[in-house]
Amino acid sequence: MIVPSLLLELAPVLVKIFGAFFVVLTLTAYLTLAERKFSAFIQDRIGPNRVGPFGLLQPLADGIKFIFKEDIIPTQAHKLYYILAPALLLVPALMGYAVIPFGDYVEVAGRLIPLQIADVDIGILYVLAIAGLSVYGLFMAGWASNNKYSLLGGLRSSAQMVSYELTLGLSIVGALLVYGTTNLRDIVVQQTAYWQVGSILIPKWGVFLQPLGFLLFLVSAFAESNRLPFDLPEAENELVGGYHTEYGSMKFAMFFMGEYTGMITMSALLTTFFFGGWHVPWLEAAGLSRNVAAILGVGAFCAKTGCFLFLYIWVRWTLPRFRYDQLMKLSWKGVFPLALANVFLTGVCLYLYSRLM
Amino acid sequence: MITLQEYLSVGALLFTVGLLIVLFRQNAISILMGIELMLNAANINFVAFSNALGGLTGQVLAIFVVVAAAAEAAVAIAIIVLLYQNLGTVDVEKARNLNG
Amino acid sequence: MSHLLPDILFYVFSALSVAGAVLVLVNRNPMTCAMSLVVSVLSLAILYLLLSAHFLAVAQMIVYAGAIVVLFIFVIMLLNLTDEELGRFRFSLFKTIGAFVAVATLLAVAPDIRVSIPAPAAGDAGAPAGYGSTKAVGKLLFGEFLLPFELTSILILSAMVAGVVLAKRELQPKKTHSLVDWLLGFFRT
Repeated sequence: MIVPSLLLELAPVLVKIFGAFFVVLTLTAYLTLAERKFSAFIQDRIGPNRVGPFGLLQPLADGIKFIFKEDIIPTQAHKLYYILAPALLLVPALMGYAVIPFGDYVEVAGRLIPLQIADVDIGILYVLAIAGLSVYGLFMAGWASNNKYSLLGGLRSSAQMVSYELTLGLSIVGALLVYGTTNLRDIVVQQTAYWQVGSILIPKWGVFLQPLGFLLFLVSAFAESNRLPFDLPEAENELVGGYHTEYGSMKFAMFFMGEYTGMITMSALLTTFFFGGWHVPWLEAAGLSRNVAAILGVGAFCAKTGCFLFLYIWVRWTLPRFRYDQLMKLSWKGVFPLALANVFLTGVCLYLYSRLM
Repeated sequence: MITLQEYLSVGALLFTVGLLIVLFRQNAISILMGIELMLNAANINFVAFSNALGGLTGQVLAIFVVVAAAAEAAVAIAIIVLLYQNLGTVDVEKARNLNG
Repeated sequence: MSHLLPDILFYVFSALSVAGAVLVLVNRNPMTCAMSLVVSVLSLAILYLLLSAHFLAVAQMIVYAGAIVVLFIFVIMLLNLTDEELGRFRFSLFKTIGAFVAVATLLAVAPDIRVSIPAPAAGDAGAPAGYGSTKAVGKLLFGEFLLPFELTSILILSAMVAGVVLAKRELQPKKTHSLVDWLLGFFRT
């Protein structure tokens, strides 16, 4: 009787893990298509439209092309690290989803199942720790290629990652002070409350509580996922690629996937932290049943995340690139002091609030 | 059932390996790694004891150890870079200018 | 089954952490050493999780894997050391004695690690709720251990200053030789 009960225990978790994997990887593939379509729109072109209706099968064609390309390992490269590097970049990017809640509880066969793979107490710290590990992929790729451009690119990008990891962590300290917890589910639940202004209910989303923190987190998230205007690690038209100069075929595709997966993680985090996660404002009044509300919540979460993904693409095709010293200056002399000021201000406000109320 | 003694054994093993690294490696970077390993070995003992005794004091001490290790690594790495700039090597036995 | 899992995890990750340490010992390539150190440190983080020290496990990952070893790798990549710059192993009597003493101490201590306090190590089963969480550790850190905590900030500040001073190249004395000269120069400008 042990095996069935164990299966019953594990089944929802496995379903959630595979579901998240499937959704994220598919989304990653289609994000490349969306990127090309939007860039075409912004540059007044048409974009890919040959494969399938509206070019919808383009990611599949790209994937097949990547897989069937010849897999070259440079003779001077350090083989083990050269092969390991793309995986070390992609795996941490995927691991981040484990703690992000994408919905409320659903009721299946009398059991309440949280729409989140693992509800852990240290939620956000886990995400930050995992994000910190992805720097090894960059290091290793740059070093293993045994090529000066790759090495410099690896150093450049890891310096950027380390600098912006710091600001990424620091910019949410203010929000953590407000919420008083590091559990991501609790954070979302707290944002489902309302302020009453006259007869209007305003949702207590983090962006209203921490506007500066939100902006700083947004900047750091852009830099952390190596996107324009901070895509110095690649900078293909100025700095001879970067850590992935020597990579081709599926290994290059894995770097690509790592970047897009990182974007999705950051968008999901932004949604969870500052835009109420799965919360649909004013939906409680409709009096829907638990499951319907939960599914609507998942839709809301995806829509909010999608908005941030669109912002990523929009910014990439609108803004020019920063210079490297400007990038570092922005991190250490711009975002970092502002984040500290945000922490200080939030602390003072919370203290006064607790005194006055 | 895993008890305290298994964790202590891991700590002892790690400490010995770290000590051997400090003794037998020539380059300063590896020696620093050995020191970090020894600090980690001490940490696992702290946490294991803290768990066995049911308090959190050991964990807090372990956090202090982590902080000290970070500070130490930052300064030591700066010294290693200087060593390389001045002597062209990170071999600790070449750095004997003060040895008469 | 479910109470066996923590035991399996313990054996796997303690073996990995010791194996990583041994690889640091035997490998000549500094990059491989650094990566082995990462494996060792991350396995230790898993062991902390098994001891239900959640916050410490994450701190270990962020500080060790995310900062300290990254610093190591930075230096390894920047210096890009050749084989001779790394130095050859040279035999010496003292080292041998030291190693002998170290291993002998380990062997002597090994039978004495017979403390029979059973650690409630099996996951979170034995530990009370909230044990080792961010909140519990934070309360202790900012309550009972406030003074040591503030002192560590001074430690970090001094390490920072030391790092900047050491890394700055043009700090050799230029014209000013004494404090008086320096002050005069300061006021003249």
